[in-house]
Amino acid sequence: MNKQLFRVKDLGQVDRSKPLRFKFDGKFFVGYRGDTLASALLANGIHLVGRSFKYHRPRGILSAGAEEPNALVQVGEGNGTDPNTRATQIKLEDGLIVKSQNRWPSLLLDLGYINNLLHRLLPAGFYYKTFMWPSSWWMRYEYWIRRIAGLGEAPKGADPDRYEKTHAHCDVLIVGGGPAGLSAALAAGKTGARVVLVDEQDSFGGSLNSNTDCTVDEHTTLDWRKRTLAILEGMPEVILLNRTVATGYYDHNFLTLLETVSPGQQNQSEYKTRQRLWKIRAKRVVLATGALERPLVFKDNDRPGIMLSASMRAYLNQYGVSPGNRVLLFTNNDDAYRTAISLKENNIPIAGIVDLREDPTGELVDRIRHEGIALYPGYAIVSTTGHLRIKSVRIMKLNDDGTKVIGNAKDITCDCIGMSGGWNPTVHLFSQSGGKLEWDDKFERFLPKIANQPLISIGACNGTQSLSDCLKDGLKAGAESARATNNKGRAPGTPRVVESKCNDERAIWIIPRENSYKKNGKYFVDFQNDVTASDISLAAREGYRSVEHLKRYTTMGMGTDQGKTSNVTALAILGETLGTTAPNIGHTTFRPPYTPATIGAYAGRNVGALFDPIRTTAMHEHHEEFGAKFEHVSQWMRAWYYPKPNETMQQTINREVKAARDSIGLLDASTLGKIDIKGLDAAEFLNRIYTNSWLKLAPGKARYGLMLKEDGMVMDDGVTTHLNSNHYHMTTTTGGAASVLDWLEEWHQTEWPDLDVYFTSVTEHWAVASICGPNCRSLLAELAPELDLSDEAFPFMTVKEGDVAGIAARIFRISFTGELSFEINVPRRYGLALWQALIEKGEKYDICPYGTEAMHVLRAEKGFIIVGQETDGTVTPHDLGMDWIVSKTKHDFIGKRALSRSDMLKSDRKQLVGLLNENENEVIPEGSQIVEMLQPSPPMAMIGHITSSYYSPNCNRSIAMALIKGGKARIGKTLHIPLKNKTIKVKVTDTLFLDKNKELTDG
Amino acid sequence: MKKPASNQGMQGLRSEKEKYSIFSLARNSLTYHENWSQAWRSPEPKSEYDTIIIGAGGHGLATAYYLASQHGMRNIAVVDKGWLGGGNTGRNTTIIRSNYMWDESAGIYEHSLKLWEKLSQELNFNTMFSQRGVLTLAHTEHELKEMNRRVEAIRLNGIDSEVLNPNQIKKLVPIIDINPRLRYPVMGGFIQRRGGTARHDAVAWGYARAADSLGVDIIQNCEATGFIIEKGTVKGIQTAKGPIRAKKVGCVVSGHAGVLANLAGFRLPIDSRPLQALVSEPIKPILDTVIMSNSVHMYVSQSDKGEMVFGAGVDSYNSYAQRGSLNIIEGMLAAAVELFPVFSRLRMLRSWGGVVDTCPDASPIISKTPIDNLYFNCGWGTGGFKATPGSGHVFADLIAKDEPNLISAPFSLNRFISGYLIDEHGAAGVAH
Repeated sequence: MNKQLFRVKDLGQVDRSKPLRFKFDGKFFVGYRGDTLASALLANGIHLVGRSFKYHRPRGILSAGAEEPNALVQVGEGNGTDPNTRATQIKLEDGLIVKSQNRWPSLLLDLGYINNLLHRLLPAGFYYKTFMWPSSWWMRYEYWIRRIAGLGEAPKGADPDRYEKTHAHCDVLIVGGGPAGLSAALAAGKTGARVVLVDEQDSFGGSLNSNTDCTVDEHTTLDWRKRTLAILEGMPEVILLNRTVATGYYDHNFLTLLETVSPGQQNQSEYKTRQRLWKIRAKRVVLATGALERPLVFKDNDRPGIMLSASMRAYLNQYGVSPGNRVLLFTNNDDAYRTAISLKENNIPIAGIVDLREDPTGELVDRIRHEGIALYPGYAIVSTTGHLRIKSVRIMKLNDDGTKVIGNAKDITCDCIGMSGGWNPTVHLFSQSGGKLEWDDKFERFLPKIANQPLISIGACNGTQSLSDCLKDGLKAGAESARATNNKGRAPGTPRVVESKCNDERAIWIIPRENSYKKNGKYFVDFQNDVTASDISLAAREGYRSVEHLKRYTTMGMGTDQGKTSNVTALAILGETLGTTAPNIGHTTFRPPYTPATIGAYAGRNVGALFDPIRTTAMHEHHEEFGAKFEHVSQWMRAWYYPKPNETMQQTINREVKAARDSIGLLDASTLGKIDIKGLDAAEFLNRIYTNSWLKLAPGKARYGLMLKEDGMVMDDGVTTHLNSNHYHMTTTTGGAASVLDWLEEWHQTEWPDLDVYFTSVTEHWAVASICGPNCRSLLAELAPELDLSDEAFPFMTVKEGDVAGIAARIFRISFTGELSFEINVPRRYGLALWQALIEKGEKYDICPYGTEAMHVLRAEKGFIIVGQETDGTVTPHDLGMDWIVSKTKHDFIGKRALSRSDMLKSDRKQLVGLLNENENEVIPEGSQIVEMLQPSPPMAMIGHITSSYYSPNCNRSIAMALIKGGKARIGKTLHIPLKNKTIKVKVTDTLFLDKNKELTDG
Repeated sequence: MKKPASNQGMQGLRSEKEKYSIFSLARNSLTYHENWSQAWRSPEPKSEYDTIIIGAGGHGLATAYYLASQHGMRNIAVVDKGWLGGGNTGRNTTIIRSNYMWDESAGIYEHSLKLWEKLSQELNFNTMFSQRGVLTLAHTEHELKEMNRRVEAIRLNGIDSEVLNPNQIKKLVPIIDINPRLRYPVMGGFIQRRGGTARHDAVAWGYARAADSLGVDIIQNCEATGFIIEKGTVKGIQTAKGPIRAKKVGCVVSGHAGVLANLAGFRLPIDSRPLQALVSEPIKPILDTVIMSNSVHMYVSQSDKGEMVFGAGVDSYNSYAQRGSLNIIEGMLAAAVELFPVFSRLRMLRSWGGVVDTCPDASPIISKTPIDNLYFNCGWGTGGFKATPGSGHVFADLIAKDEPNLISAPFSLNRFISGYLIDEHGAAGVAH
């Protein structure tokens, strides 16, 4: 079973004492601890791992890291499955189950491959040119397109795993734990600075793990890495985060890091976190993100077995995996020579090195020549064979300017190719931070140029090539960054590095064709989305010439690899096609995330019960005991009604509404917003915020107020009380509590900072029980024997302080029902006690707790409005018939100017009126639209809508309020409500349904 | 390989376009697709045009197209500081619907939707308008009542809408969580089945190609830097490529409308703010319908490519930067996972931002201005994409006739003076 025929003896860092069994497409394989899925598959001789997006071509493992475009797999099963996961970044574990994706019926035989056979009909953007006939058929075509598209499959159920978030600050954040990043951490750490070092890989070290052909201070690269890590681990202020991707670089040196805490695929244990999102603010950032190798663009360059040269070296040196039995290298620079030397040292047969450069020189080249490895300088691969695995290549000599191939072709057999087209510095985060890039002509790449945040780029991501320079830059950057954050100390000395020097490259973006008349074969640039060089030329020919057009028209760089191996090449090809250069083309904007990042990690714990807090009042427990039904009112759970056994909802409401007018009703009014306002200018401030006058409100008195937005529309309402000098208690609607406080603060802070006034939200400090009805005074008298509750001593719209049921309380004589009513405010912790005392003492009066629904009916009987129900942001006080509350004498208040505009004065504005329908038992659905002229079918002109509609047990009939165009002038007229299956006839009335003679005192 | 695709010789000429079809695709495949004509030319500006449109986004290109096709104008230029379709046209979540509550909004969006229904054929460019339905969810008693108001208004305006209960929603959208014990349970919803999505870039490209073939000059990378105004009448514009004279100028620049108005010497009641969106990695189809929710603040659809496309509200702070804050993304994704637990393990692939221009009443401006012959079309805020054809159509009418038609009249600048606001904040609880 444990064959691993391609595992090289005694090489690499995998733990051979820990074999791990895993399943790929139903077959069992074995790898070792320390493997990635990709390295374990390669150890078993498997290159073919996936199918491409468009043509469903067989694809192998191209890279060894985050840039992988091909080897995407479906990991795990059930609700913990992960689609589109890069095999190169999956940590191997025992029992891992992996499936290939986007193929049917199997990876070896995929019917989607028909797209490849039809490829001539499917150039870039073909779908914009067809599927338009017959015109009604697009959705039929689309049905199939959708099924063919997509990659892996989403889980079927909820995620079993948990995600967390954490915040951190540090002096120096170092992204990338390769040689540059490690030495930066070392230098910064030595000063005592607070350092965070992150690396996306399972182990730190970056290229030190695979470029084992160098020494540092006489140590092997691996030893130096180990020693450095040991030192860093001993530094208390240094945090090392492996398996952590810096996903986003935002303003003010704020970055997100996504740490994979438990790499296992299904951490169904309740207390285990799968990933953690770090939100980190760094004083200085050091970017040491390395570089990504570029593939070469030649005919059919996508066959399984073709991989990047440095990745091949990583599989060999880090994982002890041989890529094949006969390796060909294809390069435009010295990198492939290093790979060749590693292969040679491990006795892996090399078919040769094909080098685009006419005359490669240098010590690496000399060594290859010395080893007797076949070298083809100035040659290029012009074609490849092999369907499921590369079998052979054809090479030809390039002409002087690299535009043609000439001479005789030579065929070479091989079972894998290591290619290198040079390196692209990983400038993603630098660019995300707002930094400007510059094109480097010599190595044909983008480099960081002007940073606009406190950061420094070092190592390969800054274009540095040699190990010694990376280490030196790292030490310098680490020390400088630490010093810039007020940490002192000296950087360690620069280590002595022994390494081979690498020479220049020869950039040929598209390898010329063997025969310029035969245009078959594909030159892939973006492997995942199957974008070829000819697709890019086509886009340019058709006018899609900006990078943004190219990207969007061809889907170039829009795969899950985000174009990491393809974008720069594509730009260069576009440049060539347009007869200009890559820097003139520019580049697309780099945006978060750097690599695709789990959605659940961004959601964090803010899902399920923690999605949004539920707020409950101090009396909630009692409501539950009483069997209340609740309704959500913004974040609050409010008692909606209290049904008794066998009661319908309407029966309950009727009972509650009757009780409030016949004896005593009891309402939990705790959720109303409450704002404590203090300051010498508090009255002046209120005077500007509310429409009515507040300057002469005496202490102890309360007043109802409306506040408007600048556009003159009603925004909120409530009673505000002058408690004592310069101290006010404002109430708002339940839903408006937070927005009103914001509103007050905004006006105070931005417009009237000269006013001496302070606001404090006290919504949750007070529990409020509101009693109303003819017997409520008697009840209160029993509970507050020391208070004089007579009309003379305690008139309507005043406040008193005193003990109620032994609890210090503020009692407001205000009413939302028209009945005699007291709102008793006590500190929240006494809320339940107050409530229970009221229930107990009220028993003899048949006190009846009522919920929000009955409250709505009670206020509607009196024609009182509810902001948000009778208003919707388009309603003025005049529309509501509340002209009396708008001061005509005040110099100014918010909304005053707006109220005088021409359209606000028109008589045909929508105005609040009452409606009575013929059938007294029928309640019109709220929201129904009203018409004057009935039409047999829509469309018909609407003149308004029902804002509130109830059955009123006190009126013994249904009542409704509505906003109707020119409503006041229509009183007495008949209108129609065309519902879907019937029409209701209504008569327009005023909004006072009860107490027409205004005998009720309070309201 | 070096074959510069220059087209200097074609300046100002009306270009004949090969009709796109499966047959032309097949024919061109024989020549390796090397003979396709350009979708549009890249001409140098002439010294004078009858009409200049500033802004080569969807709305601007549509305006130029309809000026040419409906009003017989030929001497038209569209100038843009960047590439055509490079602004909000290519940065939105492509949702199209017309189920607005107010008559005025229903008027313009329904007009637009009717144009969408024939757009691919009219432009001979597949805009992939897909009427997969737009479902708006209600999560509280209050939202159910609000929904009823909206649905009734839409119905009586003769626009399609249908109320669904939670079980019907589950049937339509199997991956949604309708557990009644959720913090915000799905209590119902309404769907406009004629609504859906389109391929945003294709809309810009389709209009550009069609306008170009009618002789419209689309001048990219030519920033408008000022207006030539003589005696209160616009006479042209200043650009990066020098002055260009024109009898009429239409301005359709979304987030930068305020900047251009300033150059013309007046102010607009517009706030510019970043609006972000993001997509997941592509997966096999799991969501056929567009879902919108106000309480669980987000909207989502699945693209033909398989990506889940997410959006939510605008950033709080005014900005011209096409980047927003992380907290918006966090809120959006928490909401997404709350409604669709299966999204949790998918990965965010790309995120981006656009600059949206919002009016105090969250309705657009399609209007004459204090300067004669200068017209502005802006203020679409978060909802402009769906309006593209309709907006272009009525704006072309306004420019051609110097008089608003019945559909565009309510959206005049004058409403901020008279107070005739069309408050769509309720409709735009989340951006869309």
